[in-house]
Amino acid sequence: MRGRIGSAFAKAAAEGRAALVAFIEAGDPDAATSGRILSALFDAGADVVELGVPFSDPIADGAVIQRASERALAAGGGLAASLDLAASYRASGGSGALVLFSYSNPILAMGEAEFTSRASAAGVDGVLVTDLPPEEGRPFAAILRSARIDPIYLLAPSSPRARIRKAASLSRGFVYLVSRAGVTGARAELPGDLPELAARVKKEVRRLPVAIGFGISTPGQVASAARLADGVVVGSALVRAVEVAAAAGEDCVAAASGLVRSLVAAAGR
Amino acid sequence: MTLSNGKTGPDARGRFGEYGGRYVPETLMAPLEELDRAWRQARHDPSFRKELKDLLANYAGRPTPVTVARRLTESLGGAQILLKREDLLHTGAHKINNALGQVLLAKRMGKERIIAETGAGQHGVATATACALFGLKCVVYMGSVDVARQSPNVFRMKLLGAEVVPVEGGSKTLKDAINEAMRDWVSSFASTHYVLGSVLGPHPFPEMVRTFHSVIGQEALAQTAKILHGRPDLLVACVGGGSNAIGLFHAFLKYPDVGMVGVEAGGRSFAPGEHAARFGPGRVGVLHGTRTLLLQDEGGQVLPTHSISAGLDYPAVGPEHAFLGGEGRVKYVSVTDGDALDAFHRLAELEGILPALESAHAVAWAIQVAPALGKGKVVLVNLSGRGDKDVPQIAAMEGVTT
Repeated sequence: MRGRIGSAFAKAAAEGRAALVAFIEAGDPDAATSGRILSALFDAGADVVELGVPFSDPIADGAVIQRASERALAAGGGLAASLDLAASYRASGGSGALVLFSYSNPILAMGEAEFTSRASAAGVDGVLVTDLPPEEGRPFAAILRSARIDPIYLLAPSSPRARIRKAASLSRGFVYLVSRAGVTGARAELPGDLPELAARVKKEVRRLPVAIGFGISTPGQVASAARLADGVVVGSALVRAVEVAAAAGEDCVAAASGLVRSLVAAAGR
Repeated sequence: MTLSNGKTGPDARGRFGEYGGRYVPETLMAPLEELDRAWRQARHDPSFRKELKDLLANYAGRPTPVTVARRLTESLGGAQILLKREDLLHTGAHKINNALGQVLLAKRMGKERIIAETGAGQHGVATATACALFGLKCVVYMGSVDVARQSPNVFRMKLLGAEVVPVEGGSKTLKDAINEAMRDWVSSFASTHYVLGSVLGPHPFPEMVRTFHSVIGQEALAQTAKILHGRPDLLVACVGGGSNAIGLFHAFLKYPDVGMVGVEAGGRSFAPGEHAARFGPGRVGVLHGTRTLLLQDEGGQVLPTHSISAGLDYPAVGPEHAFLGGEGRVKYVSVTDGDALDAFHRLAELEGILPALESAHAVAWAIQVAPALGKGKVVLVNLSGRGDKDVPQIAAMEGVTT
């Protein structure tokens, strides 16, 4: 049975565009604003929203998401608050596809089974754990699947063919392809070998959509990546837009949704 | 881990019981496998072993002696105290054992650039030293709090040609330096080796770092056999990540008559954020690629830590220590900042040795237990480093102008 994530990718494909996957840090700059941003992202056309769970030691993130994580934690954010955010979105009638993007430790601290049942109750559709590769994550992936939550694995330029296949077989919903070796954050250009990388991964991952992320921030970059995969993830650029607006005392919600609108418009093929 | 039942570890997945493993972003999986393969080849290669052995003997100054701490023993009126003198090594601490080993390995792997994290600065100095020796570029990440309190080591690293990058994120100490080093490595692994400085991090680091330091215990086993015609009754070592402790303990694990104590930083108090004692308050968690005991809050956020010694100021413990503690093979205790500082002064005044504040934690525990153990028993303390680096900090704390 296709879940909300699968349907979101299918809908985008039917409309002749790549799905726009928008990442925000849950609870940044505070819980209430973050909730309004979440709804606004879907209203602006995002197909999937990734809610980043704030963590004290985000080793895979660049400076922008590190700062957002610190702000969210200072405002009382964390895994429980991220689940609350998802739950209130659902309670208000939201039907968008929601992915939680977390580090291992907050989930381990809550307990994998407890987390899964709370995530399921909150209406979370998919879970991606940055520092939980397939080797360590099999039991958790099984727990998620039994609750009809999609486990999503990352692939990287350094992933050999066997790992691509392993991640593809364990994932549901979509597979997340990291565009370059590095941490999250905007870059001036997409890597030159991205078309070759995307083709290599698409060839092995036939069953699921592939979304490309890391270093994609502008409509032009979205347009290029949209031709290579089924979805495009934009994270740091959105988080930065929220940060800049908040610092200037401007409307973070409008800043985020304005950016998403321009990104969605660029995702056509 | 080699227990009396002959079990060795870690397993193929890098697990010591339920601890260890490889919890890293996908991007680092391939480089870790590359490192694992290179390390397994190198460790059995006679030419690699010979070159490392030669460096340790003729550059670093191994073997280090075992010193009978005569006046300290007399003043305590109990067990005899011996000191394994890692403080006499080149660069002033045991860290050089691992730095030389890993830099030699990196060179063999064709890497041109080395990165490292450092807390007290000893690992940074050791790595910068090995890089100077081999002509490799060296970048050391160091929390800005540690940069301030270990300034002599910062300057030493610069003199050795390394670039020292102060880390301003999070608590600005060792854990944040590791975060930043891992972020560097995620993008640079093709040309760069990350010389992790303790028995921490993803597999194969805990096993590899242990192996490079296990020379400490191998020497101590032979040396104490000569001095005592037997084995010591108790080994004592400080535990931040736990590399000097595992290095001393490892060769002795198969002798059930040898007790072992790992001494953690009790800091100012047992309130959260005021110490770095993971056994007890710590719960199983994942940090920096490994599953181990971790100081964390209810929500799984890593807690800040405090210790007078930068090298022990870290919220997680090496996974093999978590395992050995769970098995009951090693007992883990903590001593306070104040006790460590007292031990620093006592060793200085009674033995003419300034211990590193990290090592002073181990000395403090020996001072506490020696009277009760009684005469006829022998305690071997790993004096993992010398205290020269701590002199300005201690002078400032005690209101002395140097």
